[in-house]
Amino acid sequence: MNKPHINIDSFWLPRQSSTLAEKVDFGYYAAYWTGIVFFLLITGATVYLVLKYRRRTEKDKTSPIAHNTALEVTWSLIPLVILIWLFFVGLRSYVYASVAPAESYEIKVTGEMYLWTFIYPDGTAVVNELAVPKGRPVKLIMSSKDVLHSLYIPEFRVKQDVVPGLYTTIWFNATNAGDTALLCTEYCGSGHSDMLATVKVLEESDFEKWIEQQSGPSDLPPEELGKLLYAKKSCATCHSVDGSPMQGPTFKGIFGRNEEFSDGSRVAVDENYIRESILNPQAKVVKGFPAVMPTFRGLLKDREIDALIAYLKTVK
Amino acid sequence: MSQTATVDHVVAPDSGKGAVDYIRNGKGIVSWLTTIDHKRIGLMYLGSVVLAFLVGGLFALAVRLELLTPSRTIMSAAGYNQAYTLHGAVMVFLFIIPSIPASLGNFLIPIMVGAKDVAFPKLNLFSLYIFWIGALITLSSLVLGGIDTGWTFYVPYSSRVSTTAVVNVTLGAFIMGFSSILTGLNFIVTMHKLRAPGMSWYRMPLLCWALYATSLVQIVATPVLGITLLLLIFERAFQIGIFDPALGGDPVLFQHFFWFYSHPAVYIMILPGFGIISELIAVHSRRKVFGYKAIAFSSVAIALIGFLVWGHHMFVSGQSELAGTIFSFLTFIVAIPSGIKVFNWTSTLWGGSIKLDTPMLYALVFLILFTIGGLTGVFLGMLGVDLHLHDTYFVVAHFHYVMVGGTAVAFFGGLFHWWPKMTGKMYSEKGGAVSAILVFIGFNMTFFTQFFLGSRGMPRRYYNYLDQFQPLHAFSTVGSWVLGAGFALGIVTLLVSLKNGKQAPANPWGGLSLEWQTASPPITENFESTPVVTHGAYDYPLAQGQKEHA
Amino acid sequence: MSSSAEAHVANGEKSPQFHVAHHFPTADIQFNSGKMGIWLFLVTEILLFGGMFCSFAIFRSWYLGGFVEAHHHLDRVMGGINTIVLICSSLTMALAVRAAQTTNKKAVTVLLGLTLAFAATFLVIKYFEYSHKFHDGLLPGIHFTATGFQEPREAGIFFAIYFMMTGIHGFHVLAGMGLITWILIRNLKGQFSSRYYAPVEGVGLYWHLVDLIWIYLFPLLYLVG
Repeated sequence: MNKPHINIDSFWLPRQSSTLAEKVDFGYYAAYWTGIVFFLLITGATVYLVLKYRRRTEKDKTSPIAHNTALEVTWSLIPLVILIWLFFVGLRSYVYASVAPAESYEIKVTGEMYLWTFIYPDGTAVVNELAVPKGRPVKLIMSSKDVLHSLYIPEFRVKQDVVPGLYTTIWFNATNAGDTALLCTEYCGSGHSDMLATVKVLEESDFEKWIEQQSGPSDLPPEELGKLLYAKKSCATCHSVDGSPMQGPTFKGIFGRNEEFSDGSRVAVDENYIRESILNPQAKVVKGFPAVMPTFRGLLKDREIDALIAYLKTVK
Repeated sequence: MSQTATVDHVVAPDSGKGAVDYIRNGKGIVSWLTTIDHKRIGLMYLGSVVLAFLVGGLFALAVRLELLTPSRTIMSAAGYNQAYTLHGAVMVFLFIIPSIPASLGNFLIPIMVGAKDVAFPKLNLFSLYIFWIGALITLSSLVLGGIDTGWTFYVPYSSRVSTTAVVNVTLGAFIMGFSSILTGLNFIVTMHKLRAPGMSWYRMPLLCWALYATSLVQIVATPVLGITLLLLIFERAFQIGIFDPALGGDPVLFQHFFWFYSHPAVYIMILPGFGIISELIAVHSRRKVFGYKAIAFSSVAIALIGFLVWGHHMFVSGQSELAGTIFSFLTFIVAIPSGIKVFNWTSTLWGGSIKLDTPMLYALVFLILFTIGGLTGVFLGMLGVDLHLHDTYFVVAHFHYVMVGGTAVAFFGGLFHWWPKMTGKMYSEKGGAVSAILVFIGFNMTFFTQFFLGSRGMPRRYYNYLDQFQPLHAFSTVGSWVLGAGFALGIVTLLVSLKNGKQAPANPWGGLSLEWQTASPPITENFESTPVVTHGAYDYPLAQGQKEHA
Repeated sequence: MSSSAEAHVANGEKSPQFHVAHHFPTADIQFNSGKMGIWLFLVTEILLFGGMFCSFAIFRSWYLGGFVEAHHHLDRVMGGINTIVLICSSLTMALAVRAAQTTNKKAVTVLLGLTLAFAATFLVIKYFEYSHKFHDGLLPGIHFTATGFQEPREAGIFFAIYFMMTGIHGFHVLAGMGLITWILIRNLKGQFSSRYYAPVEGVGLYWHLVDLIWIYLFPLLYLVG
């Protein structure tokens, strides 16, 4: 599986690739420098005092001063003022992140164990790849099909839980063309850390081209198209082609294999079984694997299912 | 020992002549299992929580070892998810929550206030048994399918999807909750009703104040966790539809309920640590505590305001923006009392007579680590910044700085401080000091690294992670070995002292509070006769013959 | 009462019925400690039910229609009778405490017996209510099988909350019966008097709370819905 990459160009934080990032980072560094100052004050004072007042004799007399109102009020009020300032700094970027511009380009997002589906306004559905135009606000309207997920794009500094039975939204305005990582940050089961997607930030003209391409290259031979779909539709998240067990059974040598199911029945894998497993995965679950595969009904056309079957026949 | 010179003015009984100490009073395992002596119960709690700490620690080492490489190192994804869940559940419910209150608190509160026992000794023993039963039910999950939901048990994964023994762990935590409630209740009544003559509230050691505040939180918050876990159990067993969105329920409601307990629970975990640090710094500096009342009341303030900030765990959960804003603001307010404590501790060092005994070393480790933990909490309280940092390793690092660098370090400091009192044995100072230093180094290697990981976008609970993060992860894993060695050395040092340690004097550190005025180990009813208290717990200037300071 | 109790301790002439545990300086302190402990325990009970009242409030505001529809299927007559039964039991409990304070052993026995009888009546009526619900398929969540509902899913949640709240309340009634039996036996052994009646008072306080919770449950679930 190809893992996406986060571009990191500063000591602490990923590259700033959205208009929000700069605002969030301002808050981060405000807290950071406040923290450094207080940390140096406290540890500096501690080390100094421990050295200065170390015990000389058992008869040392110690200070009887047990309070100092002016001092105590000062060290309560100054941090209070700083903290309230930090609260407002945090609030500012939060408000910016919460209110999407009205003209935002809307993409519907569905999270499920363990893949992301992005549905564009023209109905194009893409798995685990989110292409967005650069310099144009994009709003994601998200929901989950099963358990909680959370959509996180570190370079954009956006994160929001994806909840079943509820729509949540985030928006961003990407500023750097190129690829970056989209990650699930709410634990969702054994494939949680494989629930990744690539964000492709494209120039406006490339973006239009990309959308058109999604209707599918038609001139590939079926085996080639199937291989492409295996990667693009995220089969590779859970099914290996090298024999290693992942969330689901391996595809190595699958065609014709005699599979045993959780109810004890058996079948030799053929075209009908593969088709059924893609469209209605819970009908027959291979023994020893969790019944977590989502249905691809609506995400794959008949021609594409045929291509996948053709490809699987070649995986030996 | 010359320290005794500092305490000869104390009106306390000449302890330890005649009566038998609590360890030798009654032989055999039955005498321990049926005891109602708070000191023996405290000791049994101590053994239990240290055992839980070792179990949880082994899971932690396994988790860190797995993360040495970006994909499989030693276990499967399912195994990894179980390891970190059990690490969290065991550490939170079996170790940190009961650690200081139930072990050291049980042992010390009655002695510190000059009582013979807690108010309800039988109830105290009953609490211990409830704790054991709950702990066993929780641990039974180890052989009955494990648990892979994370210690937060978020629905609907925990209620519908997971195939592991979720009910065992939640039922165990539910049962242990009663132990926590009853212990808190016992402490509050003890401090209200059984203080010795002359022991006014402001003469009490600050550990008592801290545990008083802790007990309040235990009593008020734990029942809500109880009902939440019960609802979750029913949801899982019968699919009643309260939390499951497929049946019309609300998964965010579960999070509200869960954090309504579990945020105050953070204070159940850290307030006792605050109390111990106040003791350690004062006694090993022989210094009147600076800002006694500020420290005492800030504990109570934290306990109260702590009930109003649970939503800061849910900034990106789907709760409303207004709720997020209010919770963020209150979070900043609750930071103030914690800050006040740190300033007061540092000021207490001024003009003291500081000796770097092992407990004092642990206290200084605490001071530094907790300061980092507190300051990084500010990042997470800021709404906008939390968008980036939420559920990343930054959060993991932050709460380990507070829970391990804070509570666990305080617990070990307290253990070294009162070990001579509890067992009558002195331990090797060298072993103790080296363990404190190893813990400090190992801890920072393990967890400071994780601030980088989190800031750079590494989500928590990841089995496979992006290759670019491997160097930092590997460094963190090496740190976990140093940290593990530090804690192990601490425990070994204490255990070895049981066999080889010198007999401890009644007052090895020159403390003024009542526990140092009775024998080491104390007799069964703590004092030969009821002590009469004439001064505060930290009146060192008075004890040193200085004139009363206005 | 208190001065006489202290006098007893001072003289060292403890009667066999007079219990002061070894770690309490005086009987007064023991009595006050016990009372404070009970009150703190009652606080935790209120918070336990508080969580459920809270979920009731939230779901009711979301699913008002379904809740109103579902609550018509609760039996107001049986619920009303049960309310009266519990109020009576509270009265007999209060009288039992008073009788214990005045060292009237026989009255304590009778009154505690009556309280037990009322509690049992409550549970029997509850049993009939429950079996009707089971028969009609008015059950929580996924088990809800009753037909003719406009919002079966919402009704399922209503009955989830109904069974949780009344079930846990019923469990408390059962526990209360155990406690009452325990003090009844101690009373028969002659352990209570005007100088020592703290357990009777403690159980009494607990019983009143159980009653009080029902007083809130009944109108919320049966009448308002």
